[in-house]
Amino acid sequence: MGRFVVDHLNAFYKDKQALYDVSLEFPEKTVTAIIGPSGCGKSTLIRCLNRLHEVTPRARHSGTISLDGREIHEMDAVRLRRRVGMVFQKPNPFPTMTVYENVAAGLKLEGGHPKNEIDQEVYRSLKQAALWEEVKSNLDGPGVGLSGGQQQRLCIARALAVSPEVLLMDEPCSALDPIATAKIEDLIFDLRKNYTVVIVTHNMQQAARVAEYTAFMYMGKLVEFDLTEKLFESPKEKLTESYITGRFG
Amino acid sequence: MGIAPNVGMNPFPGEDAGVPAGPPPHSPVPQLEATPRRERIGRWFNSIFRLLVTVLGFGILALAALFIIVLAQGAWPSLLKFGPNFLSTSTWDPVHSIFGVVPFVIGTLLTSAIALLIAVPVSLGVAIFLTEQSPTWLSGPLGLVVQLLAAVPSVVYGFWGFIVLVPYMRLSVEPGLQGSVGKVPGLGGVFGGTPVGTDILTSSVILAIMIIPTISSVCRDSLLAVPRHQREAALSLGATKWETTNFAVLRYASSGIIGAIILGLGRALGETMAVTMTIGNADVIPKSLFSQGQTIASLIANEFTSAGPGSIYQGAIIEAALVLFAITILVNVIARLLVGRVLRVEGGS
Repeated sequence: MGRFVVDHLNAFYKDKQALYDVSLEFPEKTVTAIIGPSGCGKSTLIRCLNRLHEVTPRARHSGTISLDGREIHEMDAVRLRRRVGMVFQKPNPFPTMTVYENVAAGLKLEGGHPKNEIDQEVYRSLKQAALWEEVKSNLDGPGVGLSGGQQQRLCIARALAVSPEVLLMDEPCSALDPIATAKIEDLIFDLRKNYTVVIVTHNMQQAARVAEYTAFMYMGKLVEFDLTEKLFESPKEKLTESYITGRFG
Repeated sequence: MGIAPNVGMNPFPGEDAGVPAGPPPHSPVPQLEATPRRERIGRWFNSIFRLLVTVLGFGILALAALFIIVLAQGAWPSLLKFGPNFLSTSTWDPVHSIFGVVPFVIGTLLTSAIALLIAVPVSLGVAIFLTEQSPTWLSGPLGLVVQLLAAVPSVVYGFWGFIVLVPYMRLSVEPGLQGSVGKVPGLGGVFGGTPVGTDILTSSVILAIMIIPTISSVCRDSLLAVPRHQREAALSLGATKWETTNFAVLRYASSGIIGAIILGLGRALGETMAVTMTIGNADVIPKSLFSQGQTIASLIANEFTSAGPGSIYQGAIIEAALVLFAITILVNVIARLLVGRVLRVEGGS
């Protein structure tokens, strides 16, 4: 569960085209990294996967995306987003909610969960996000009172609490220091046992550390997609090689 | 300045040779030359500027103090004669010089409260539509119209209220209310009496109409200030449009929304012209929503010319003004405490 197939995807903001004919497949229960210079369409691509792209005014797309064989634009967007969680570039916990409430937010939205079940899910998610030990005595404290790295793990826990199949991460470490980054990377490595993870990153070392597959994008086009090892060690495309050797980007 | 042996400022280090803290005479002249002209002027200007803003800042305090002192002086005859009874009695009789402010305090608080009751949900709805639901091409112009409505002079609202709203209330709304909710046991009194049109309810409606633009445009601003990542956080958890608004947007903006309501309340408490033109101006405690009444503001507007200078009557009117002043401050303080409490409870950022 959690296999995305993107087929001939074009995406636009107003009249500006952000993605050109992108086709690739995200295998289930693996970590796939998307790398590339700023503005190359990485974020747009993963925002298409949970249909957040279409929320932007005057954004549109063509082509198809299917999740486990079903075209996502024929599904209910709300239901899709419960199956496909997202973590953003800047940690964005709800400032009016406590740590506990933040994690429980998705379950509250779903409704119909008894209190003890929510308690359990909050515990499981915080545990999975490697945050439980740090916040267990402070569940009723404000979510925004945590440090930046903790806030980001809180957001990961919040996304995990609704038991998605896929977790999209849009540069989740770009606002964090190296120690917090290392914690999140360890966490991503563990998550692939249960989730399909797609991570957008600026940091090529990060891609090499956490991802089994890597896609390299440039100017809205998918240049190369391969096993991470192959892509970094013997890239097929000249463009990929110049990028990963640091000649541009 | 100039007291410390600051060699850096001194182009002639030789003269400082006797100062123990100074460097030995043979040390080279430090790089810093005499204070540049720009810096000296800047420092001079800085102190002038600081003096100016300090004077202005304290000027506001002085103005407020002066205001209270002058009001208290004017109210002195009434303060002397009635003492605390002014605040607890309800007879307003200029002929026999007996004055109590209770009817007007009730009129003021009642009309403002009803106005808020009507205006807050409507304004929230308008603001939510403008920021969350309306198509982009519409929200700009519509927002502008809302802001323009806030700028319509109150006498215009009052005049419109008198010629359009009053007859409509008298002929349709008020009999309708009497015939429906007025029949509910226990509510008969609230909707009792003969509908006359110029009454508490009508002026509350006018007040509501007047404060809706204010509250909605301030609410709109605070909803617009909610960052996009908050909306996306809710959406990505599988929230519907409405849930996103309720879950991420309204809660994030709650302090701004309360601020908007306080602003509207402040305007309603002090609004004079439109109320004077529609409330019926009767110096009695209103018995129902359809009673004619009086707010403190409309009382002052109606009667300030009929009282002779220095008379007890004039003193009583001025004391009423003081009471309105106090109510406004009190309401603001309470509201502010409330905002602080909400923020603390929610652990706001």
